[in-house]
Amino acid sequence: MPTIFGIPPQALFGQLLLGLINGSFYALLSLGLAVIFGMLNVINFAHGALYMLGAFFAWLLMTQVGIGYWWALLLAPLAVGAVGVLLEKSLLSRLYKLDHLYGLLLTFGIALMIEGLFRHLYGVSGQPYPIPRELTGGQNLGFMFLPNYRGWVVAASLVVCLATWYAIERTQLGAYLRAATENPVLVQAFGINVPRMVTLTYGFGVALAGLAGVLAAPIYQVSPLMGSNLIIVVFAVVVIGGMGSILGAVLTGYGLGLLEGLTKVFYPEASNIVVFVIMAVVLMIKPAGLFGRER
Amino acid sequence: MATDTHAVSRETASATGPATPGLLAMGVLLLVLLGAPFLLYPVFLMKVLCFALFACAFNLLIGFAGLLSFGHAAFFGGAAYITAHTVKVWGLPPEVGILLGALFSAALGLVFGLLAIRRQGIYFAMITLALSQMVYFMALQLPFTHGEDGIQAVPRGTLFGVFDLSQPLTMYYTVLVVFLFGFLVIWRTVNSPFGQVLKAIRENEPRAISLGYRTDQYKLLAFVLSASLAGLAGGTKAIVFQLATLTDVQWQMSGEVVLMTLLGGLGTLLGPVIGATLVVTLENYLAATNLPVPVVIGAIFVVCVLVFRRGIVGEIAARMKRRG
Repeated sequence: MPTIFGIPPQALFGQLLLGLINGSFYALLSLGLAVIFGMLNVINFAHGALYMLGAFFAWLLMTQVGIGYWWALLLAPLAVGAVGVLLEKSLLSRLYKLDHLYGLLLTFGIALMIEGLFRHLYGVSGQPYPIPRELTGGQNLGFMFLPNYRGWVVAASLVVCLATWYAIERTQLGAYLRAATENPVLVQAFGINVPRMVTLTYGFGVALAGLAGVLAAPIYQVSPLMGSNLIIVVFAVVVIGGMGSILGAVLTGYGLGLLEGLTKVFYPEASNIVVFVIMAVVLMIKPAGLFGRER
Repeated sequence: MATDTHAVSRETASATGPATPGLLAMGVLLLVLLGAPFLLYPVFLMKVLCFALFACAFNLLIGFAGLLSFGHAAFFGGAAYITAHTVKVWGLPPEVGILLGALFSAALGLVFGLLAIRRQGIYFAMITLALSQMVYFMALQLPFTHGEDGIQAVPRGTLFGVFDLSQPLTMYYTVLVVFLFGFLVIWRTVNSPFGQVLKAIRENEPRAISLGYRTDQYKLLAFVLSASLAGLAGGTKAIVFQLATLTDVQWQMSGEVVLMTLLGGLGTLLGPVIGATLVVTLENYLAATNLPVPVVIGAIFVVCVLVFRRGIVGEIAARMKRRG
């Protein structure tokens, strides 16, 4: 059997695929964080909890109401977005005049509450969520076996990331958004409702997290703790990429996912910490992050 | 980014507070601490003291240098592992074990600090959080930490070969001395020229740089000092509870110490002590009820951030100032 660097290709590509899947979630989550940070100057610590909420909404829709995956893919992100709008309107909007650190602390408290509540209600064990019937099975690509659902996750997250990038960088609405990021007062003076735009931006950012949660539900189990460890890795991804650019956040997300997959092949013990090690190296060489600007 | 640190500083402007009531409060506190083990359960009091020292160490950074570290659990829990391992497996006396724990945290603090001070504000918080998560994964995987089990049944031993720490009162007064030592170091630091420069950095870093201060070196030293004192608290806790586990290195612990400090009052000397007392008491109380602890802790967090940013001591100090 042929090998690549002494590793059977099946194992290598299998881990790379896993890495790509993880990377898809890193990309979706860091994209949401970057969009929110650009507009609100808040690092949303609740992002992991809202990702978990998305997965739980999908699970509840199926077990309680009998609504399947495809509708959940639409409804759960909407519901998470609505939760986000409520949070922004009622709590976050009171802190914009203060130090940005308070936004971090507030969302940290919110994350603790949401996660604590679901842990209290559903315990720490994961709930299984089946793969939708249309996407069961897989393709034999010759060099590896690709489960359909995993292919779908990578494709869907790529499309969503690119669409978001297009909407922000190439449309009228995106132009307003970028302008408001640079100078909210002036944009408001032109008659654009900036506070509403801020609210909707937050809602959209967390809806992305909710979407990631639904996509993740059939791969990982739906558990109250699924978001909390992920979000810290995503923070590291954000530090590595720098929050200057949308495309940067997405690229860093996929890149680090792949790198993590490679580490699992060659030195599995380090796979948990490789992202943090890379973060340390990037901080030494380019403190502003790979795609960031010093401000 | 300079404006970032500004708002925090305004909230905590009453850094040392009025001198006389402050000293009076500290005298009362000392008397209470000396007499407390005759009225209350010593193990509970020792837990409070360990967390109070931890919170004071954390407050040195956020309150006086304006740096929010979200990774202090790494120093607290990391030192606990080192102390537990050196005392249990190497058979070292407790004072050496605690010292080694604090030294380990100082070294770790140096590494974290060198990396984290390259960024400011929110990034500083995220970097420290990510680095501490790395320490968590190491604690989970390295053989000497025993993964989920942690290091259990650490002997308390005899202090300096004289004082038998298995006696609750002896242990209590040892912890009290450690706490007072840490508290005095912080008090001295805050009221030294070095502390003044830290406050200047908190208020306006570019101006401090323009006055010729190498602010990075000051921030790094403050970080290392804070990390070593957090390690001192963690090592002591490992001896008291004869245990070092993953709970102490988890990110939730980093969040908890933020809450203690915020609740008591950022940038006040006594605030973290009071905040730690309240949070530990609350957790003890909640453990006996059916209420989920994280939800309550999270709710207090949200309320503190929204309406109570000065914290208890900060609020009292502000009221006294207003009255004249």
